[in-house]
Amino acid sequence: MKRILLLTILIVSAVGGYAQSFLQNSQVNGSFQIDAQYYNTDEGIGIYDSLINGKRLGVNGFGKLTYTLGDFSAGMRFEAYETPLSGFDSRLEGCGIANYWASYDNGTIGVTVGDIYDQFGNGLVFRTYEEWSLGFDNSLRGMRAVYRPTQGVTLKGVYGKQRYYWASYDADQSRGIVRGIDGDWDINQSISGLNDSKFRASVGASFVSKYQKDNDLFYYMPENVAAYAGRVNLSMGRFAFSTEYAHKINNPSAINNMIYKDGEALLSSLSYAQKGLGIVLQVKRVDNMSFKSDYNAKESDLDINFLPPINFTHTHSLPAMYSYSTQPNGEMAVQFQVNYTIPKKTLLGGKYGTKLAFNYSQVNDIVRDSIIVNGVPSLNQSGTLGYTSPFFGVSDHIFYRDINFEIEKRISKDWRLVVMYINLLYDMATIEGHVGAPEVRANIAFADITYKITARQSIRCELQHLWDNIGKDYVVHEGEEKDFQKRGNWMAALLEYAIAPKWFVSVADKYNYGNPVAEYRDHYYTVSVGFIKDATRIMLTGGRQSEGVVCVGGVCRTVPASSGVSLTVTTSF
Amino acid sequence: MKKLSTILILAFLALNVMAQEKSDLPNVTIKNLNGESINVSELSNDGNPFVLTFWATWCSPCVKEHNALSEVYDDWVEETGVKIYSVSIDDSRSTPKIKPFVEGKGWPFEILLDVNKDLARSMNVSVPPHTFLFDGDGKIVYQHTGYFEGAEEELYQEILKIVK
Repeated sequence: MKRILLLTILIVSAVGGYAQSFLQNSQVNGSFQIDAQYYNTDEGIGIYDSLINGKRLGVNGFGKLTYTLGDFSAGMRFEAYETPLSGFDSRLEGCGIANYWASYDNGTIGVTVGDIYDQFGNGLVFRTYEEWSLGFDNSLRGMRAVYRPTQGVTLKGVYGKQRYYWASYDADQSRGIVRGIDGDWDINQSISGLNDSKFRASVGASFVSKYQKDNDLFYYMPENVAAYAGRVNLSMGRFAFSTEYAHKINNPSAINNMIYKDGEALLSSLSYAQKGLGIVLQVKRVDNMSFKSDYNAKESDLDINFLPPINFTHTHSLPAMYSYSTQPNGEMAVQFQVNYTIPKKTLLGGKYGTKLAFNYSQVNDIVRDSIIVNGVPSLNQSGTLGYTSPFFGVSDHIFYRDINFEIEKRISKDWRLVVMYINLLYDMATIEGHVGAPEVRANIAFADITYKITARQSIRCELQHLWDNIGKDYVVHEGEEKDFQKRGNWMAALLEYAIAPKWFVSVADKYNYGNPVAEYRDHYYTVSVGFIKDATRIMLTGGRQSEGVVCVGGVCRTVPASSGVSLTVTTSF
Repeated sequence: MKKLSTILILAFLALNVMAQEKSDLPNVTIKNLNGESINVSELSNDGNPFVLTFWATWCSPCVKEHNALSEVYDDWVEETGVKIYSVSIDDSRSTPKIKPFVEGKGWPFEILLDVNKDLARSMNVSVPPHTFLFDGDGKIVYQHTGYFEGAEEELYQEILKIVK
């Protein structure tokens, strides 16, 4: 009897211990964000009651929870757009659990079911991701398996159906099924003798296929469309080279004007890096490489792949008005960047050193030659093979060019300075689809000055000026005013006072004083107050937002002009 | 019977020991600048505290924070033994730019590449810069988003709290 009692105590304490360790090992974390804006009428910048149309308040919010127990994890994300903020796609309106998943990964084998985010190589044939600030989410609802047989080798397989706003995942013909496999082999990591070698190499390959039933009235649509890619990364000491080539078989779509030509993309880079000096050259070719799980989809809906824009990303308000996004139907791009630090305690380096950066980006169209269809020359006609394009051919048509130079300098213990000069060419007609709009040739000067008042308090001032090739006297024809909403010279200033790391207040104004259309010569002023504590951030902003494009990581969203008060609350735990 | 109870006691102890070893680092695999796969749950700093800071080349407050941290890093390492892991959340447009960028700026941190934000997602990072401080056992003791001039001082105070 005693023995049984002892046994019972032991079992209970063991189970209790297990339960306790179960609880101790379990982790729950998550994050929340609410972006709300109250919209005002503001006749000064053309926002009338009719435009707001009763929509006084826009709220985007999400809450995300993840549960982890050892190798097991599961999570979900709730989203609510009631109603979506202006500039977000109206199809987002609604709320619900947009994303859920469960996963087991023991290091050798991993399986995920539910909504999947993943990327093969550079994403040229497959990338699913989510960008909350743009309302972008192309996650794949289905399954994913990962197998890592030895160190340095990763094999992956995915299949499923992509998220399309709030559309149901039931069997229907609105969008297809995506499936793909990828292999990655790091030669140095997998062969023990090569671990410390100066020469490093890795290779990888992917294959992706989508299935969508042909229900087109005019054309025979290929129901299975395959795309594949291969990549190589090599490095030798300070030098590195990487390249990836992708090919897609015929895939007529709304984006490529229903042509049956194959698509391809190439992304290559060469770099050199040593302490204080970094140089990188990137080149890219894209030809008819839009790849979506519905051939009728437009813009960035249902993208299966990601064609990275390799140009420099500007975030300061004036140059950011002219952000470039990849033209999936064809472009030839080059990007060259040098970062150099003049060492401290030299004539030019001064006491703290001086950081310099030079950047050159240019994107041109590809060359398209006509083909013979039924005995007559034809260029990019629906239902044909479209055109032929020489692989290394570069058209004279420039989509985008950016030459910029930056100096970063700590002048003294209390003063820091960043100055930048930017020369931009931006083909608005192509990039924004304003047919006939004259191209933008702009020069922009930027300065960011920070003064440290005490150890924690600082004042920061940003000054910007943009000189446009279109002056105040430019004659704008009637009916074309829309194309000139942000043209002409601009100036902008921002003043920010911060008590690190918790509080800040800033005032800013952007003034389009040189617009050729008198009624567009507007001020866009804002006042912001923010509070940050640990992982919680609260920000209140009031004022005017100018019409523009917000881009994050290569995807862009057009933001209409607005006026009002906005509140952002973010927290994570 | 004795054997059984011994096994049970051992199992009980083992489970309790296991419970104490759990760190806050997620089981996510990303790459370093050499292209090697690194499982984040295996990051450590020989029992000393370490910092994991998320940044991007296009994020100017992040660049300012990294410049400020690089100026004080040698002193911090000497005084506290801390190590900084710097996680770039740039996507594939910038992957080949990171190494020349970091070297050109002279930053001394260990760089990790979170190309599709797998790590950022599992650590609930929505906007960079987002900085986490881990103690020697891999437990998060402090985190902060955003950067203003002088904010690195608060991080240093938090590091000192662990060391002392």
